[in-house]
Amino acid sequence: MTYKMMDGNLAAVEAMKMAKVQVVSAYPITPQSNIAEKLSDLVASGELKAEYIRVESEHSALSVATTAQLAGVRAATATASNGLALMHEVLGMTSGNRVPIVMPVVNRGVAAPWTLWCEHGDAMAERDMGWMQFYCENVQEVFDLILMAYKAAEDKDVLTPAMVCLDGFFLSHSMQKIVVPKQELVDNFIGGYKSQNTYLDTEDPMFICDLTGSEEYTEMKYQQKLAMDNAIGVIEQVQREFEEKFGRKYSIVEGYRTEDADVVLVALGSMCGTGKHVVNKLREKGKKVGLAKVTVFRPFPAEKIREILSGTRCIGVFDRSAGIGGQGGPVWSEVCAAMKDISCDIRNYTGGLGGRDVSPDNIEKIFDELLEISQGKRKNHTAWIDLKENAMDIRQVIKNV
Amino acid sequence: MTVMQKQQEKHTPKPQKFRVYGPVATVYGSSNTGSWRILCPKVDYEACIKCGTCARSCPANIIDIIKEQFECVVIDFDYCKGCGICANECPVKCISMVVERG
Repeated sequence: MTYKMMDGNLAAVEAMKMAKVQVVSAYPITPQSNIAEKLSDLVASGELKAEYIRVESEHSALSVATTAQLAGVRAATATASNGLALMHEVLGMTSGNRVPIVMPVVNRGVAAPWTLWCEHGDAMAERDMGWMQFYCENVQEVFDLILMAYKAAEDKDVLTPAMVCLDGFFLSHSMQKIVVPKQELVDNFIGGYKSQNTYLDTEDPMFICDLTGSEEYTEMKYQQKLAMDNAIGVIEQVQREFEEKFGRKYSIVEGYRTEDADVVLVALGSMCGTGKHVVNKLREKGKKVGLAKVTVFRPFPAEKIREILSGTRCIGVFDRSAGIGGQGGPVWSEVCAAMKDISCDIRNYTGGLGGRDVSPDNIEKIFDELLEISQGKRKNHTAWIDLKENAMDIRQVIKNV
Repeated sequence: MTVMQKQQEKHTPKPQKFRVYGPVATVYGSSNTGSWRILCPKVDYEACIKCGTCARSCPANIIDIIKEQFECVVIDFDYCKGCGICANECPVKCISMVVERG
């Protein structure tokens, strides 16, 4: 065990290197670029024994990685934002063909407006493509969750690809001290890659991904649904095994000081660190607040959410994506569905878009609102919590009419 | 037996059934792409030098050269689409493309 200073991108590379990926096909995009570059460096120096395939787009990057993995190796790629959007149809190929790739997604908003900065809108737009989604709070979690994602994705009862989502810049470019385990320990945890389901082998050919009629399509989707259902238990088992081997405890949903809380905020990603800080601060002032950190968003851990939130009557859900046209953000919708039989007030909060910092002040404001609502002192909440007052009047141009 | 048929038949020493998830063909049937053919390669065996250029340039990999026999260029017409590359590449121009159907 050694400590290393790493940003989120390097931690992702370190984890993929230790998982001994043998094919890399990544296309650079801010804020993921360092992942593509560092993997390329490692292949060039011989430190990573892999084939680096240069591709012309993210669509090709995931196509190459998916088919390479079908040939019997762990394949690596990573993306962000518009790159993930360009992968959209290939995401379905990967999950539908049951190829358990693990892909870091460095969260960044999808244009327009063009943004380089963090929000979860890119990953949330792909939440129904049959991939598991893990969200990281800090750089250590980037490393750990990638290792756990390999083990869960490749489980025979899961065989489903996984995105490990890390917040653009807040994690991808934030230097933190992390524990890097010995290679033997990682080998012992995830082992070598073995094709289990379908594979591409010239000695034993198969024709994968043929046209499937209505008499079988439903069943294949059901197989994927069952795999996602299985994934909950498998991930929990993997997390237990990870704790035994590496000494760090994980949960699909982490309840932070939620046991006796009057109000709880549900959040995911790097803002959970800020959230915990605010919870501690408000607890010192005697306010009974808590935070529920959703580490696994797909499959959605509804039962665990119910377990953590069932005693709380007033709940806020912070979505770092706009969920335009929905009644609230995607995390809020899921939490509402999970809690549909339990009497409680669930408020949707949207913020932290396009790189806007989710500040302690704003989280404190949310907790104060929720406390007032729970005490009957307030009815409405500020759904767009960090919106500027002049939202409809932020740019003016001179037109020649 | 052509290369393609050999590829299909050489393995499976001990075939076993496995359950797999997702779309995979359960019957390995190849469609008769030879039915697409309009022009058909015809070899002048008197002129053929048995060099194997046609076999190497065939994009479907369905030409075998069997040097021992007079009609040494064996084309699998179940899969020959009549593209004419063999005729084009032949160094002695001994393959002509004849109209099979109009």
